[in-house]
Amino acid sequence: MSVSFCGLELAHPIINGSGTFDAIAAARAFADDLREAFPFAAYVSKTITLEPRAGNAPPRLWETAAGLINSIGLPNKGLEGYLAEDLPQLAGMTTVPQPGAEPRPVPVITNVMGSTTHEFSALVEACEARSEIAALELNVSCPNVKTGLDIGADPLQLEQLVRAVRGLTRKPLIVKLTPNTADVAACAQGAQEGGADAVSLINTLRAMALAPAEREAPGGHRAWLGGRTGGLSGPAVRAVALAQVAAVAARVAVPVIGMGGVQSGAHARELMDVGATLVAVGTESFREPAAGARIARELGDTARAEPAISEESVR
Amino acid sequence: MSRAPLHRRLLTVSGVDRLGSYLVVRVDDPGGPQPEPGQFAMLAASERWGGGEDERPYLSRAFSVARRRGSESHFLLEDVGPGSRRLSELRAGERLWMLGPLGRGFTAPSAGRRAILVGGGVGIAPLAILQDTLEQDATVLLGFRDRERAEGAALLDAAIVATDDGSSGHHGLVTDLLAQEIERDPAAVVYACGPAGMLEGVRAICEVGAVPAQLALEAGMACGFGACFGCVVPRRGGGYLRVCVDGPVIDAAELDHVDAHAGAPA
Repeated sequence: MSVSFCGLELAHPIINGSGTFDAIAAARAFADDLREAFPFAAYVSKTITLEPRAGNAPPRLWETAAGLINSIGLPNKGLEGYLAEDLPQLAGMTTVPQPGAEPRPVPVITNVMGSTTHEFSALVEACEARSEIAALELNVSCPNVKTGLDIGADPLQLEQLVRAVRGLTRKPLIVKLTPNTADVAACAQGAQEGGADAVSLINTLRAMALAPAEREAPGGHRAWLGGRTGGLSGPAVRAVALAQVAAVAARVAVPVIGMGGVQSGAHARELMDVGATLVAVGTESFREPAAGARIARELGDTARAEPAISEESVR
Repeated sequence: MSRAPLHRRLLTVSGVDRLGSYLVVRVDDPGGPQPEPGQFAMLAASERWGGGEDERPYLSRAFSVARRRGSESHFLLEDVGPGSRRLSELRAGERLWMLGPLGRGFTAPSAGRRAILVGGGVGIAPLAILQDTLEQDATVLLGFRDRERAEGAALLDAAIVATDDGSSGHHGLVTDLLAQEIERDPAAVVYACGPAGMLEGVRAICEVGAVPAQLALEAGMACGFGACFGCVVPRRGGGYLRVCVDGPVIDAAELDHVDAHAGAPA
């Protein structure tokens, strides 16, 4: 079940999606020693920005048919707070791939977002200096201040951004692609041309909910979410994720982290069958905090049942 | 603070009792940690979770523990949306997933100070387990919409009731009763849980009277353990608190106001 990813050796292919698991809060909430037996093979931080952010005004959540719209707004302590307070607590975690197995290290992948190339550069440079960070993930689902369009939605802009920060770090550089674009494979190619070591997808799909008729709308408008629109995740997006991961994996040579509505080992296997090297679990962890470990176990069972497929797809 | 195992547990409903327009669902949880008053659990039926109104529910639902009797945890349910509806259908012998106990509960009053428990509607639940553990008798003030809901007051001992329509007890708001009690005993400590409007009333009265108040808040919540950042309420002085890990019981002094739009019908 071990897997190599951009030079990192992981206990298995299942990691968390950025912003879907707060390892520090979870370590306090649960009686089990999460630092010793983490449910994921690598830990992806929530998005870190240069300055602290409080996040969006509530309400922040809306349940849909087999899914969830969130409008959280990337609350975080800012780069300085993350590096000083959170990163030391995230470093040194281990995971136990099967009961009784040797604990394996859980590398930290830090996800960062800027609103300009300059901000991205500052974030990447600061992370490069920290040995506890094994890899970086760029959140490019952020509007260009001049055009208002998501930087990650335009292949050329994305390529230029990645090229600008590529030289600032020797750590693996992952680009988290936005699905809210006309041609996600072209964006993936742009990221690769710019020097990305891997791409991850899908991020949430832009979505909206109106306040129920009997409820006063929170902000005086009928949109339920404080941020008006949000991002859809959960089983509702799984078929979209499969199509986008397949399109991207067919276009680029770099490894792909696939995610979107994964609830089981069979779902993870599907994303790997269309070309994902790793699979991230997000919304399912909300229902079941140990979902990552369960899905890794189920994936291992499917690999044992079909050795010919597993050798190819767990490469 | 009791802490939950990381793995959610598949448990069996040992019985369901009707209490006015509410249900008390009793769940046998032999291996689970003892919940503390004010803590909650995330619940989901093990079968047919989904496929209701709007093809929901999908996420688990947060419920305060209303009572602990031996290995049984009790939850108070009102059918307000697809999740609470499906849980309300559960019968003895059927199973559900439980993650918990979660969150920070109530802190007991210091010796000699009288506790005033203020509850509204289905929010009376955590006050029952609190009353079970208090060493001194507390004053219990409970508000409901109407007579049928007011039958829920039987969950606690010696409750003084108010109803919106005057069909049972005081005709008016439970906060009217609270204001009188605080006038009589300004050294009391207040514990409250209920709808946002009631909690805001409690908060404002206690602020004016400089009475300490612990508020058990409700919020739309995806996970219950700090992962989703969805269940926030504005914190006094700026920023937000996560109801699931910073609460659900939050000192009223930490809040400027109780947000009236904490969640959608679930």
